[in-house]
Amino acid sequence: MAEAATAPLATTKVRAATRKRTARERRHSLTGWLFIAPFGVVFVVFLVTPLAYAFYLSLFSKGLATGTAFAGINNYVRAFTDPSFLKGVWFVVRFSIVLIPVQMLVSLAAALVLDNLTNRFARFARLMIFLPYAVPAVIGALMWGFLYSPSFGPLEQIFGAFGADAPFLLSPDNIFYGLMNVVTWQWAGYYMIIIYAALRGIDPTIYEAAKIDGANSWQVALRIKIPMVRSALVLILVFALIGTLQFFTEPQVLGPVANGTITPDFTPNIYAFNLAFKYAQFNYASAISFSLGAIVFVGVYIFLFVTRKRGSVL
Amino acid sequence: MAIAAPTARKPRHVITYVFLGILVVYFLVPLWFLFVASTKDAPSLFGGDSALWFSGDFNLFTNLSNLVTYNDGIYLRWIGNSALYAFIGGLGATVLAVLAGYGFAKYRFRGRDLSFAILLGSVMVPLTALVIPTFVLFSELGLTDTIWAVILPSLLSPFGVYLMRVYAAEAVPDELLDAARVDGAGEFRTFFQVALPLMRPAVVTVLLLSVVGTWNNYFLPLAMLSNSQLYPITVGIGLWQGLAAQNNGGSGVSLWTLIIVGSLISIIPLIVAFLSLQKYWQGGLAIGSLK
Repeated sequence: MAEAATAPLATTKVRAATRKRTARERRHSLTGWLFIAPFGVVFVVFLVTPLAYAFYLSLFSKGLATGTAFAGINNYVRAFTDPSFLKGVWFVVRFSIVLIPVQMLVSLAAALVLDNLTNRFARFARLMIFLPYAVPAVIGALMWGFLYSPSFGPLEQIFGAFGADAPFLLSPDNIFYGLMNVVTWQWAGYYMIIIYAALRGIDPTIYEAAKIDGANSWQVALRIKIPMVRSALVLILVFALIGTLQFFTEPQVLGPVANGTITPDFTPNIYAFNLAFKYAQFNYASAISFSLGAIVFVGVYIFLFVTRKRGSVL
Repeated sequence: MAIAAPTARKPRHVITYVFLGILVVYFLVPLWFLFVASTKDAPSLFGGDSALWFSGDFNLFTNLSNLVTYNDGIYLRWIGNSALYAFIGGLGATVLAVLAGYGFAKYRFRGRDLSFAILLGSVMVPLTALVIPTFVLFSELGLTDTIWAVILPSLLSPFGVYLMRVYAAEAVPDELLDAARVDGAGEFRTFFQVALPLMRPAVVTVLLLSVVGTWNNYFLPLAMLSNSQLYPITVGIGLWQGLAAQNNGGSGVSLWTLIIVGSLISIIPLIVAFLSLQKYWQGGLAIGSLK
């Protein structure tokens, strides 16, 4: 392409080549779209349309006497002054703030330890820690519900052996920790694998260099390994944030065995579900869903903006 | 290989093993409890024996046969439904993600960067926020309470597309694709014969993630289905648990043993899938974290 300027005789040739290239590019471009089209259709039908529809529904209200009427932002005004919704939002926000660091610490510590060991026990441990990820959240919550239960759980027996009363993790005071334990158990292994994979991707000659400089393994972990898996940690945090803010399954499953601890407005998602399917308030439920989606989106976006270093992380 | 911990430091190794041991116990206790409880009949389940050890009689097989015969074998139907939804939904989502990820990674076209930015933004949209409007849409189309109400929304996996794009960009060299084109292979032949084999670890990972996502989904089928014949196992077990808790002491007591043994059986397929495919997904999961 650079030689075109040096040879005036070649202009027609170049022009022909450009034309050929654009034709090829156009075909190339079309093929690119063809590969994306099937997903694109699903994306529009099952993500864009429901989102737009939720927004549309949220602008109306439906009453027995009045029928469907345009409500403008009334549903949103109602949502953000609704103590039930705000209580749920406050719960999931608080829950994220406590849960996510705990989960991160457990998974990071496990990954760092496993990265230092290469024997058979480490391989076994890695798989066992990951295993809960394969267990449906419903079953995970059920199992922990059994374990917490005073009638057939082991906590009573274990604490009894020390002459103490077991904490009832399904009571209103302790459900926060009861749920935290279930979620940590379920997800820490998955996060651990992501961090572990990132650790494995680090060039080992860096450790050699650090060792020659006199760093011990603790310093290597803190100064080299953790900073180098930073993007994996950010990815996990984003996942955890998205998952926790839309918390539904675990509290919903523990509800029947927790005698009234899980209220119908326990989390925003449970509240929206009950509004829609128990009280048929689809318009207001849509406003709640849409607000929740917006809160998650803005929350994650702010988080990514604050933590980003160079370019986008996700 | 990590060389960071020299062999001279024995005490630290002991701490390492104790720490790992505690983690393994913590992550296995619920599964162990489930297995032990599956071997008990209702009286010894509530009988105050040790919850983490076997009681005198071994009732696993009785419990299993009660499980598959209860309510005309509805349990087997639920497992079958889960398998169907997870298979079609997960496989479909994977096919779409692989095609789209490859398209994003290997073709330059107008609007690519914008489309990909929208896709990345959509990873942040909580999918449960879509359930209620999707339900209303489907009910207008008469699709609620059909298998499609569960399968169709499961086809959407923006994160899968993201993983495939990142992986394809690294694992499929442009030179190789150009060589195939020079040799006269069409775009789709190049994709199937050259690119696809190179993308296999990521394909297995995305397949596993989307199958697990569909198999474990609870909110979507709970909202969409009211006919219990169509329930997947998660919603089915949830239904039993609600019934048993309402009727604790009465007929609920025998239902608890079915819930426990049913839960045990339901987690086996995914655990087997993960263990047998670990060679692939362990490499594949690194994709998202390296970039």
